Amino acid sequence: MKVLMFGWEFPPLNQGGLGTACEGLVKSLTKQDTHVTFVLPRPQESMIPKCKIVSPMYKVITISSGMRAYHTAETYYKDVWKPKFNKLYGDNLISEVLRYADSIKDIVEDENFDIIHAHDWLTYKAGIHAKNISGKPLVVHVHATEFDRTGGNGVNQDVYDIEREGMHVADRIIAVSEFTKQKIITHYGIDPAKVSVVHNGVEFTDTYHIEPAKKQNSTVLFLGRLTMQKGPDYFIEAAKKMLHHGVDTTFVMTGSGDMESMLVEKVASWGLGHKILFTGFLRGEAVDKAYKTADLYVMPSISEPFGITPLEAMRNDVPVIISRQSGVSEVVNHCLKVDFWDINEMASKMISVLSYKELHSEMASNGKREVLNLSWDAPAQKCNSIYSSMLQKVIQTHG
Amino acid sequence: MVSICFYFQVHQPFRLQSYSVFDVGSKKSYFDDTKNRAIMEKVAHKCYLPTNALMLELLKKHPEFKISFSLSGVFLEQCELYFPQVLASFQELVKTGQVEILAETYYHSLSFLFSEREFEKQVAKHARKIKQLFNVTPTVFRNTELIYNNALAKKVESMGYKAVLLEGWDPILGWRSPNFVYQAINTNISLLLKNYTLSDDIAFRFSNKEWKEHPLTVDKYQNWINAINGNGETVNLFMDYETFGEHQWESTGIFEFMRHLPAALLQHPDNNFKFPSEIATFHKRDILDIHHPISWADVERDLSAWLGNNMQDSSVLKLYELEQEIVESGDESLLHDWRKLQTSDHFYYMCTKWFNDGDVHKYFNPYETPYEAFIYFMNIYNDIQYRLASLKRVNIQIKNERDVVKNEAINF
Repeated sequence: MKVLMFGWEFPPLNQGGLGTACEGLVKSLTKQDTHVTFVLPRPQESMIPKCKIVSPMYKVITISSGMRAYHTAETYYKDVWKPKFNKLYGDNLISEVLRYADSIKDIVEDENFDIIHAHDWLTYKAGIHAKNISGKPLVVHVHATEFDRTGGNGVNQDVYDIEREGMHVADRIIAVSEFTKQKIITHYGIDPAKVSVVHNGVEFTDTYHIEPAKKQNSTVLFLGRLTMQKGPDYFIEAAKKMLHHGVDTTFVMTGSGDMESMLVEKVASWGLGHKILFTGFLRGEAVDKAYKTADLYVMPSISEPFGITPLEAMRNDVPVIISRQSGVSEVVNHCLKVDFWDINEMASKMISVLSYKELHSEMASNGKREVLNLSWDAPAQKCNSIYSSMLQKVIQTHG
Repeated sequence: MVSICFYFQVHQPFRLQSYSVFDVGSKKSYFDDTKNRAIMEKVAHKCYLPTNALMLELLKKHPEFKISFSLSGVFLEQCELYFPQVLASFQELVKTGQVEILAETYYHSLSFLFSEREFEKQVAKHARKIKQLFNVTPTVFRNTELIYNNALAKKVESMGYKAVLLEGWDPILGWRSPNFVYQAINTNISLLLKNYTLSDDIAFRFSNKEWKEHPLTVDKYQNWINAINGNGETVNLFMDYETFGEHQWESTGIFEFMRHLPAALLQHPDNNFKFPSEIATFHKRDILDIHHPISWADVERDLSAWLGNNMQDSSVLKLYELEQEIVESGDESLLHDWRKLQTSDHFYYMCTKWFNDGDVHKYFNPYETPYEAFIYFMNIYNDIQYRLASLKRVNIQIKNERDVVKNEAINF
């Protein structure tokens, strides 16, 4: 089996979970004798991207592009277009997505593959283009939809149209959770039979040996982009409630995003700047350190198609509280689940985990055991069988 | 001769509310009235009312048919609170004279393992309740979840009981058969052992299509029981009463099975039905020496459904640590609340043993995870402590006021 895969980012140059997920999936696919050619936009500032080569059955091809993972129309304009006036790239994100799709023609003609696999909307156009040129079946992998990113408010019509087109043109759709599958069915008018759920796995490769920091009091960690989708505002509200209740806890907000200044200002106006700390964006060892220092990890996302960070926390012996509005809540049991809007419940459960040491230890040890069993092998196997059934269908139709 | 002894356990816990950290000190009720009422109504319609009607019909039709029940005090209390008609239907059964009631702890608790004093009080309270509602006094004891060891036999003998029910678990029996009566070591207590194969054929396997004997017919079951003639004197069929209609739904044919079972078993001239107290008078064939507690739960038949993980162990110990203070407080409603927290189900809900498999523990758990079960329990525990502390403050205040009055009197 040979797969032409379109992604946005790949470790170590990744900003979020998508790159990690692609790496895990590709690694396990290649273990199962599937060849992967991974096509990736190349950011201008690093001309030779140092992607990890995870297997000899895997190769990376990059195309120069201004588009970056987690770009929105606004951030593309701010980061790429405005500062550089770069005539190479499209003058807005959508035109760049289209330009990128056009530029894959040579790759499609040169590469030998059976299946096209496109990850998320930025690459759907490229996937469709590849399908049109080659006549090979296309599977689109939905890690997030515009409804997750915007919380349903202010859905960008151009993005939605591309997503919808990709899903309709695709022969099959992979959703990262039931939660996402429902969104695809409800918002994009897709036949449920066409959508398969493949939950993400998790693979722990970077093992830093970090001693937990000595601390005076307990620490609760938030780690994610500071955007509406991730629910950081609900988190600080719950933090405020706990602090007013007299709980001596430090809250650490790790990540950056469009809500950052608003959040910092809000916390300052409450006079809680010394208790709710902002670290900015962290990567690599610093992330592991953040987990190791935490007594509790909270993922309060308002709409999380999957959400890999709770698994990373669990792997670091940290109990987790996760939003019910997430895909990861479908795969883990040894955690606490809350509705993101229920600040009282979130605060109450946070206090409970921090104050009942037996609860903390049971959640930490059972959670770690659970998460260590979630590899990428089973998800890759599901992808492989989806590929096979797609090829079967091709043979039937053409045979 | 084979004497068939039916014992049905009837129990419902007072399930806890989602009790948040912020509810401590708020006077919010600990128990989920809405849920408890809804469950009582559901189970009444699916199981208690139709099964009691069936049993009444069978008892009237076959004067030789006999059954026994153990009804927890917290179950009876919920009948009175939510569904008196269920209680009336049990009372009607007892009036036939063909029904025996067994003794247990009122609160369906693990008190025997933690406080003998508390255990005695709860057994006595249960006996009073049974006397009041049914006008009978039990003579045979069954402990919560058939938890049993030598010490229990010794204890209940000192309290005047003649026999105890327990699991007929192979490791304790060895080559011996559960179909005889045994004696508890260093006592005169008769031991009635559950024939778990024949009991679980009805309670667990009845509707299991993977089971090679499925479907279980009256004919088949009758032959298995008849086959005991010649190598056993009794067959103890012990199970949850909720087997009928709740664990095994009506659509499985469980009611029809039961409807025809007594007549079929009575066809054999050497079969009869007996109460546990009658079986207890049989000749005791051997002595059983059981130090380590066993139960009827899970494949392990040990205490690991209720105790063993950090949350279970610490919460149960903390609860019993309060005994002295609660009893001395003299506050009846506090005492009753504290005792309702002792019901074994609360600790069962905290079990993480099989949580991944989503098996029976998960099915019977009113909370999403064992962690929630622990959180609500501990928040409530903190409220109990808060109430104790407030009572103390009030008492000190009263004492101080008295002292002031006294001092003033002296000064005067």
